[in-house]
Formats: sequence, C-alpha cells, structure tokens
Amino acid sequence: MTAAAMEREPAAAEAVDLRRDFVESGVAEVLDALDRSLVGLAPVKQRIRETAALLLVERARRRLGLAFETPTLHMSFTGNPGTGKTTVALRMADLLHRLGYVRKGHLVSVTRDDLVGQYIGHTAPKTKEILKKAMGGVLFIDEAYYLYRPENERDYGQEAIEILLQVMENQRDDLVVILAGYGDRMERFFESNPGFRSRIAHHIDFPDYAGEELLAIAQGMLERQGYRFAPEAQAVMARYIDMRRRQPHFANARSIRNALDRARLRQANRLFESGNGALTADDLSRIEACDIAASRVLAGAAPQTEKDTE
Amino acid sequence: MRVTQGTFSFLPDLTDAQIAAQVQYCLDNGWAVNIEFTDDPHPRNTYWDMWGHPMFDIADAAGVMMELNACRKVNGHLYIRLSAFDSGHGWESVKLSFIVDRPAAEPGFRLRRQEAEGRNIRYTTETYSGDRPEGERYA
Repeated sequence: MTAAAMEREPAAAEAVDLRRDFVESGVAEVLDALDRSLVGLAPVKQRIRETAALLLVERARRRLGLAFETPTLHMSFTGNPGTGKTTVALRMADLLHRLGYVRKGHLVSVTRDDLVGQYIGHTAPKTKEILKKAMGGVLFIDEAYYLYRPENERDYGQEAIEILLQVMENQRDDLVVILAGYGDRMERFFESNPGFRSRIAHHIDFPDYAGEELLAIAQGMLERQGYRFAPEAQAVMARYIDMRRRQPHFANARSIRNALDRARLRQANRLFESGNGALTADDLSRIEACDIAASRVLAGAAPQTEKDTE
Repeated sequence: MRVTQGTFSFLPDLTDAQIAAQVQYCLDNGWAVNIEFTDDPHPRNTYWDMWGHPMFDIADAAGVMMELNACRKVNGHLYIRLSAFDSGHGWESVKLSFIVDRPAAEPGFRLRRQEAEGRNIRYTTETYSGDRPEGERYA
C-alpha cells in the first residue's frame, strides 16, 4: 500500500488552512533553509515555491475528497556545472518527503555508469538494482543525456531508458526521478527520447551565478570551514572570480571551491615557511591577499584546462 | 496439506499490502531482506535457493516487492519465502522468515515407519512430491 493510498481515507475534514498546513508540514522550514543556504538562483527558488504550493493544494484537495490525481513529479534540472543542481535535488527530496509524496525522502544519485552494463544482459539487473535502492525516494540521474548514444545503435543505454520509462510511468507513487545536465545537451536528449519529455512535468533551468553571488558563495564556503578573508583578500578574490569566469571550463561554485582549496594550500605553505614561532588561531584561519594573488589566473596566463589553472 | 513454517504460519496467506508492511518493518529495523524459493518443502530443508542477492541498503518496501514480483514470474509455482537478516553485532542471524507464495496443490507428507531391532520403530517423513526429480515437482 502506498502512502498516497493510506491517506486517501474518507473525507473527514471540511475546510483546510493552507497557511497552517504550510508551516506544520515543515515545507516552510525547507523553503526557508533553501533561501538562506543557497545564494542567488532566484528563478529556481521561485519554481520550487510554485511546485510546493501546487503540491500543498493537491494534498488539501485530497483531504477534502475532491477529484485528484497524483501529480507527475518527475523533473529535469538543466544548467551549467556547479550551479547547485545536486544540492537543490537534495532539498527537493526533503520537500517531497515532508509533503508525503515520497515515503522515505532519500536521494540516490547516479550516472550512466551505475545504470548501463558492459555486456548483453548486464544492464537490466544493474538498472533494477538502482531503482530498488531509490524506491520511496528520489532518483537523481546526473548527466542523463549520456544514457542515449545515437552514434552506437547497439548501445545498452536504450535498455536502461526503457526500464526507467516503465517505472516512471507505473510506479509514480513509489519513485520520483530527476534528470540533470547541461541545458543544450538535455534538450537534444529529450528530442530523441520523446517518452522522457512527456513524463516530466517540471523543467527547471539553473542560471549561472553573477560575480557578487560567487563572492558570497566563496565567503559562505570559507565560513563553513572556519576560515575568513583578510579585508584586502576579498577584493583580490572578487578580481579572481571576474577573470576566472571569462576562462574556459568555468564550473561556477565548483571552480570557486577548487580555488579556495588551493588558497588554503598556499596559506598553509606560507605559514609553514614563515616559521616564526607562535601562531594564533586568527593567523591560522585568515586567508591573505597573497594566497589568492599567487594564482595563475591572476598572473595573466591563459590556461587551457581546469587542471592548468592552479 | 498446507505447509506451515516460519512466522505467521498459522495465519491465512498474507496479501501483498501485508507483505509490504512486514518488509517495511524489517527495513526500518535495518535488516536485509532476502527472497528464497524451493520445490522441496521438507521442514529439514533449510537451504532454499536464493533469488538475487541479499538486499542490503534498500530504504523502501517497494524495492523488495519489485524483486518479489520478478521472482513470482519465474518461480510462482514453487514455495517462496522472505527472510530478514540482522547483521547487528551479536545477532548475525535471521530474525524473521515467512512464506509468501506456495504451489496451488500441496500433496503433503508421507510418514514411513521402519521396524528396527527389538520393537523399536524409526520414523521418516517424505514429501509425496519429492518422488519426482527436482524442477518437476510442481506444475
């Protein structure tokens, strides 16, 4: 018996208070956390609010015994790398769980490798294994377009797609599937797999971050790790972000995280080499301007790959 | 003759919803649920064939039910049982086991008496269906 079926009891309530529902179901809490912990992404937050409102209303309709049908909840998240798709998917799983649309609310994050096998007869068990794990929660397929490889007609990806489509259609109460990937490639993927498009109700596009949003993200990341910028370091970081954004292979928040990791490395080196005895906690947690300025991005080199930008 | 063994053996057969609820109870306790099947229902036959792998790291009963339905498609004419294994330290054993599927016709057991030395009698139980080779016992 599904959670939805269990709640479909005779209509006892005569009126519902959506506002109270909103707070009591914990949805308000999730949306607040989303607002506070995620910088920027205004259109995404807006879409999630709308989706939450729809789900709340559907739930209220069900309580009042009005005609209702489990809404299709499968989603697609499109956007460039590092724009927070996985993070939002996690929050979405929590949201759906609190609203009672999935029973457990866990997120199983997979890529093509986890679903598609190496030889004939290997794909179906592999895909089913993952589906089994994801039951009652959310299945997050990152870079979903790799499932479909038109250049190889004997590719086993097609088999995984067929199993996925079948489960997405028949077990809508048990599982929510979220497909994620770059915008243009997902578009082509949906074009060649119309079955997916028609089974996905919510397409959410993740915009790139603006410069000041990336700086706010950098500060948040440092705070969580117990570090902080020296006053002049912040200006250097802003300049770094500005230059890095214009280079190829820029992966938004992920590039920022890597830059910060390297800055911490340089800070550790600097502290170690300066070697003048007593260091205070403040010394240990302050990132100086020179830690960031040493980056090759700022040195004016034109690196070609992510690895070169160290 | 209806074979009874394991938990709930004196209850009528469980419905799918009831099976799912029991499975969910096992999963919530952190037990791994396994699906086993056999065509030899003798009570001393403790080694049933396993369907797939033990299902660790599954959160929801729907996953187990999916696998159970796949097993029914192939072995629906045999005995199928679910067992829940507790891997917790000090337990490491099956905590719950019950039959979820059985053949339409169960011929039952024959009791053999062997007259031994003196006036001793030795008893043996055999399944009637066991006379036929494995794989042909139930239609």
